Amino acid sequence: MSCNCKGPKSDLTLLNNIFEEISCVPENLITVLQKAQEIYGYLPEDVIYHVADVLGAKPAEVMGVATFYSQFRLSPIGKYLIMSCQGTACHVNGSKRVSEAVADYLGIKHGETTADGLFTLENVACLGCCSLAPVIMINGEAYGNLTPESAVEVLKTIKEKENGEK
Amino acid sequence: MMRIIIGEGSCGIAAGALKVHSAIENLITANDSFSLGSTGCIGMCYLEPIVDIYDGEVLFKRLVRVTQDKAEDIVSSVRSGDFSLVDDITITSDDEEFLIGQTRIALRHCGLIDPTSIDDYCNADGYSALKKVLGTMTPEDVINEIKISGLAGRGGAGFPTWFKWNAARNSSGEDKYLICNADEGDPGAFMDRALIESDPHSLIEGMLIGAYAIGAKEMIVYVRAEYPLAIKNLEIAIAAAGKNGFLGDNILGSGFSCKMRIKAGAGAFVCGEETALIESLEGKRGMPRLKPPFPAEKGYMDSPSNINNVETYANITWIINNGGAAFAAMGTENSKGTKVFALTGKIKKGGLVEIPMGKTLRDVIFGIGGGIRDGKKFKAVQMGGPSGGCIPESLLDTVIDYKALAATGAIMGSGGMVVMDESTCMVGMAKFFLDFTALESCGKCVHCRIGTKRMQEILSRIVDGEGKTGDIELLEELSLAVKDGALCGLGQTAPNPVLTTIKYFRNEYEAHINEKRCPAKECAALRRYAIDPNKCVGCTLCARGCPTKAIIGKVKETHVIDTTLCVKCDNCRKTCRFGAVTIN
Repeated sequence: MSCNCKGPKSDLTLLNNIFEEISCVPENLITVLQKAQEIYGYLPEDVIYHVADVLGAKPAEVMGVATFYSQFRLSPIGKYLIMSCQGTACHVNGSKRVSEAVADYLGIKHGETTADGLFTLENVACLGCCSLAPVIMINGEAYGNLTPESAVEVLKTIKEKENGEK
Repeated sequence: MMRIIIGEGSCGIAAGALKVHSAIENLITANDSFSLGSTGCIGMCYLEPIVDIYDGEVLFKRLVRVTQDKAEDIVSSVRSGDFSLVDDITITSDDEEFLIGQTRIALRHCGLIDPTSIDDYCNADGYSALKKVLGTMTPEDVINEIKISGLAGRGGAGFPTWFKWNAARNSSGEDKYLICNADEGDPGAFMDRALIESDPHSLIEGMLIGAYAIGAKEMIVYVRAEYPLAIKNLEIAIAAAGKNGFLGDNILGSGFSCKMRIKAGAGAFVCGEETALIESLEGKRGMPRLKPPFPAEKGYMDSPSNINNVETYANITWIINNGGAAFAAMGTENSKGTKVFALTGKIKKGGLVEIPMGKTLRDVIFGIGGGIRDGKKFKAVQMGGPSGGCIPESLLDTVIDYKALAATGAIMGSGGMVVMDESTCMVGMAKFFLDFTALESCGKCVHCRIGTKRMQEILSRIVDGEGKTGDIELLEELSLAVKDGALCGLGQTAPNPVLTTIKYFRNEYEAHINEKRCPAKECAALRRYAIDPNKCVGCTLCARGCPTKAIIGKVKETHVIDTTLCVKCDNCRKTCRFGAVTIN
């Protein structure tokens, strides 16, 4: 079944390498979706339909898996992905206030992207850097021992750098 | 020859180890006679980044909390042999105690070898247990040795390892699978990540021995996708093990063949449950299956499968090399060997602690961990993550033992130990865990799906100051219903954080509900701000910064907060230079 969605069309040929590398059986669905997300940054609807087609699964099954696991995203993310750790150690060291300060500064909620496409904020389960709690990770780089103020400072620095480049 | 070795586990990197590494690397010239290398996690996370200086094989100096601007001092010290320049970052004897108090079996190589070098592992006696097993032992011998050791599952439930292996061995089926559960989902636990990052060959070797024992031809490691470094180091190790004849066909000429692959998880806490993990391996939503049949009979692809946690496998080679009896000599009657804990929270010295079973919680928290930081008072320790509970000060002398910990209402769990001081609200803590389990419940069982949601709503109401008489009893009733009505461990244990906090900190629940007061002063909705007339000088700074104009007062006169207007933004307390704003 092909996709009838009205969203932007993705270049589905980008997936061909994945299908050559991984055998096209339903068992490999999660791995295929992970690779697809690496390519597109998220899982566009037409990609979900195409993956279902190739793997011989129903689009609803693929959608079911894509929405079950927190790693998969159904909308594009900003240039900087901010992962705000909500682990236990971060919680007792004040992660909630850090995450609220970040959300307030950017004017977005958890799971949203700023209008300029620069930042996406995600509250995530433990990142495993508990001794540096509270921690946020921006595009894979960890910032530890934060206060609400110092977290906002980190974002300001990134923003200034971006504005300077424009 | 002198060697500079930098700890580059995830904690070290997060603290800046790679920046230190490149700073030192840039200073080294062709004339220098020392080398620069890296290792995994030493486990002293609170001192990261850590730089070790070895003279040959001997640790000569350990430098802690190293910043890149110390790189020059480090390099010139190693060149001259005069280390006075780095005195300020040399580890203190008090901090050295952190490791001295430990007995390391699972963590024995962590921070000592280069995890990306199979030679380093082999030089540390690596793959000798595999050679012994394949050369001199039958699968039954192996299972018997593990039985003697008394090793129990380190993932949380504490089920005897030999029993699972034996059941999988005795199940009929051509294709059997040996699976490693590295989906370390408990927030606050990171020992499995550190083990894979720092000593991946030990996992491979332990798993190979298990695969030989049950008759598996394929091994799968299910790793959290949030652990990229662990996946990378394990991939390197699998490739090296294959090249050296430890993986693949006819391993070491024994006729035993086994291959290995990694499967990255996609972020679902419930996949730590073994049948949900199997569903996920099969590419489906991770929803638990009904047991029986147990995975040992019908697991991955309906074939007999054995699943153990990372730390369990990490103990295997030591047991084979030193004998099951040596392992069983440590610990208590019910719990043998050692256990790794991730000590975090409001603790002075946080990191990885491995100690023999039978030590007390006090030994770990106040002995090795150095007690509570910032001069505050200990309140509770959370063990076992969302499946565990909070243990109060009166029970700090509880010994570390599966049964003794279960008797408190908490569990051994995978080893997360989060320490809380007087500023942590215990109702807030219970809500924190219910927020987590309500979100992570897979939705299969009604009691878990809806029960955890209702419990979360009641807890939210209490911390928001809208708790009602009868809420505590309702929480208890729901807890028992969820425990009874859930299929898997997630639901059966999800109420534990609520039940233990009600059991040991009922007064905090009552203060929230009856007096609309948070004893820890943590719940924002229940804070009442006031200005201390003895400290206020009338500088007007707070009044000018107040977003709701809730602070009234003239210059040089004591200010007052109108609590009906106050939105508890905490601005005034932060801006006051005289510490006059208090929270009641």
